[in-house]
Amino acid sequence: MLQKGNKAPDFTLVASPDKMITLSDLRGKNVILAFYPADWSPVCSDQMALYNETLRFFERHNAVLLGISVDGKWCHKAFAKDRNLHFDLLADFEPKGAVSRQYGVYKDGVSQRALFVIDDQGMIQWSYLSPISENPGADGILQALETMAKTV
Amino acid sequence: MLTPPITSRDHVTGNQQGSTEIVEYGDFQCPYCGEAFGVVRDMLQALSNIKFVFRHFPLAESHEYAMDAALAAEAAARQQQFWQMHDALYLHQQELSDALFPELAKQLQLNLEQFKEDMQDNLLVSKVEADFESGIRSGVNGTPTFFINGKRFNGDYRNLLSAVRH
Repeated sequence: MLQKGNKAPDFTLVASPDKMITLSDLRGKNVILAFYPADWSPVCSDQMALYNETLRFFERHNAVLLGISVDGKWCHKAFAKDRNLHFDLLADFEPKGAVSRQYGVYKDGVSQRALFVIDDQGMIQWSYLSPISENPGADGILQALETMAKTV
Repeated sequence: MLTPPITSRDHVTGNQQGSTEIVEYGDFQCPYCGEAFGVVRDMLQALSNIKFVFRHFPLAESHEYAMDAALAAEAAARQQQFWQMHDALYLHQQELSDALFPELAKQLQLNLEQFKEDMQDNLLVSKVEADFESGIRSGVNGTPTFFINGKRFNGDYRNLLSAVRH
């Protein structure tokens, strides 16, 4: 798994049936990558539903959040619509798990539950691997963003 | 860890001087919180040493009425009826609607005009949002999340009583 100080590998992934996202296009912004195993986990303790509520805290730190799993674009679309998500879910679908592998968080056919905070220059400033069944929450991400703001 | 610790702004029930402090982060529309409501009620009846605090953690994007329900509880708190409204909201969770809030206020014999005015008060919105942010800081990752003496309880809330007893 990539760590603080590594350069974040660039990628282009499908965000929706008519939208692609390239990491390097987001230079100038902090980027939070939230790898997760699958869409459609239980609602009230769902990690993506939680982040949907915490976007405004991330935005205060000039940060955009991207969810990434090996689910396909249509699955993501249905999930995002059902949960009313206001951020992009990227499909690491073809070749399956390629980006997750580059970040060292692919195992047993799915992305692990892993978080990366990437600075506006494309360097990883914080990463965290959560037990797969445990929602890591947002406190670690916010602490990382605050630490970065202090050291700039 | 619970951040910030219990303050005078918090709503407290149970034993104010209780030696065990339990804080719940909850959402009035979350079905698991509805289930946990019964667990908490039983616990407060069974144990006399619990100081219990409720903080708002409305998942407003998932639950249409979560934010307004939190505001209804805060508006009731302005008339010293926070816990009565808290209980009523959970007991009527299946019937949540815009019409339910004034209906419950009426049943609790609140000053209805004042209640409706307070539900629109941005200060109460800020209070609910401050609770939410404190939850994020404290590592709340879903609802309900409980803290026992400042430490997050990671077990199943159905086992809260036995966790507190030990």
